[in-house]
Amino acid sequence: MIKVTYVAPDGTATTLEAEPGSSVMQTAVANDLDGIVGECGGAMMCATCHCYVDPAWQDRTGARSSDEEEMLEGAATEVTEASRLSCQIRLDPALDGLVVHLPEEQH
Amino acid sequence: MNGQSVVIIGAGQGGLQAAVSLRQNGYQGAVTLVGGEPGLPYQRPPLSKAYLLDGRAEALVLRPESFFASKQVTYLPGTWAERIDRAARRVRVRGPEGEQDLPYDDLILATGTRNLRPPIDGLERAHDLRTLADAAALSAALARPRQIAVIGGGFIGLEFAAVARKLGHAVSVIEAAPRLMSRAVSAAMSRHFEEYHRALGVVLHLGVPAVHVGAQAVGLADGREVAAEFVLLAAGVRPNVELAEAAGLATGNGVIVDAALRCSDPAISALGDCASFPDPRSGRLLRLESVQAATDHARLIAARIALGAGADYAALPWFWSDQGDQKLQIAGYAGPEAEEETVAEGIVARFDSHGLAAVETVNNARIHMKARRLLASGAPVDLADLGEVIAA
Repeated sequence: MIKVTYVAPDGTATTLEAEPGSSVMQTAVANDLDGIVGECGGAMMCATCHCYVDPAWQDRTGARSSDEEEMLEGAATEVTEASRLSCQIRLDPALDGLVVHLPEEQH
Repeated sequence: MNGQSVVIIGAGQGGLQAAVSLRQNGYQGAVTLVGGEPGLPYQRPPLSKAYLLDGRAEALVLRPESFFASKQVTYLPGTWAERIDRAARRVRVRGPEGEQDLPYDDLILATGTRNLRPPIDGLERAHDLRTLADAAALSAALARPRQIAVIGGGFIGLEFAAVARKLGHAVSVIEAAPRLMSRAVSAAMSRHFEEYHRALGVVLHLGVPAVHVGAQAVGLADGREVAAEFVLLAAGVRPNVELAEAAGLATGNGVIVDAALRCSDPAISALGDCASFPDPRSGRLLRLESVQAATDHARLIAARIALGAGADYAALPWFWSDQGDQKLQIAGYAGPEAEEETVAEGIVARFDSHGLAAVETVNNARIHMKARRLLASGAPVDLADLGEVIAA
């Protein structure tokens, strides 16, 4: 099992166990975590699964694709260097322990 | 609000979203979600796309079972609403445990649509693609190479056709209208996708309806036969209005609601694919088949019930369709009489008497998102405004 920690804007951290191959978005939704919506189901259509990857993990989660970059323009909160659409971060054992920070809102 | 209760009929993405949003808005009463299908509520859009390729049903589930306990939402799967008693404010439902009456203060109809079945001889041989069970059966049928005919050249038929070609099947698409996706996109966009599907090797029969489905072929109105050992019916849908109609609610092309998404009985609301609501742009009744409308409707209705919020529905429609490697995105909604102008390769603007109504793009999320922001304000915009946004 791969562990992912989601940190809410108020600092509350929730650690979830993820299936290999699932995304950071799917793991949050499957565990009913507030703060990630994922309305389009991972089709990169809605920008409601925005997260900020913790600086310690940015090298390992890889770069945003150009489509992802463009959809992030529609995110409800500020986009930074750390911003990702969490549906585009696929979990594998190398990401065990990943920490992501959640934005104030997704709509 | 203790002692209050909301009953939601239909557990698709919109019905589920209504339950989620009621709790997010602090609604304290009872919430009951009634779904006709077995299992947990799931997403339909991937059924004609990713699911057919990866078969991962678990990735479609919208909320885990634990959601219903932790948010105190009573979920009744495999359960159908039979009758609304408006005077007594209760709904008769029938499920695995028999019949029961569910009392409500507010009732939300999220009954969705069912496949349109045109008068085609032998149509019972054709397969549907609407539910997870349909998609699972289809997936199994695609396990060996086949000659496939798709009746209907809309989003779902074409998404399926692209997947089936990728899996190595011989695919024909039969469309009664003279062009693909004619209800949804401009003529220029139809042409783009015609060329794309032909390049994939899909055989297109446009402007000619299917008249019979045989064991080895589909017969067309002009006498031609399209060889097919497997036929998918994807000729559009019709809204499920019978429950509302039998209760004496106003219906037409959908359950008719006002700008606050209330039915002719204000204790009842309707959302998503089954709802016919006033288009904020034209004021005309509009029925959309999209995740966006279903979930935005749900959020508005939930805020009204939970918080007494009185806003009119004004969300900008948006749509998408993934066909092979072509991602079609539409910001806004253009009626059938809208004019069109190709702004650049893969960008088509559509206009009506109020100005720019919609922007269609292919593999261009940047312009799509810019167009969404441009149109979302609701203020009139024109081609020059779109040009500025594209250049920015």
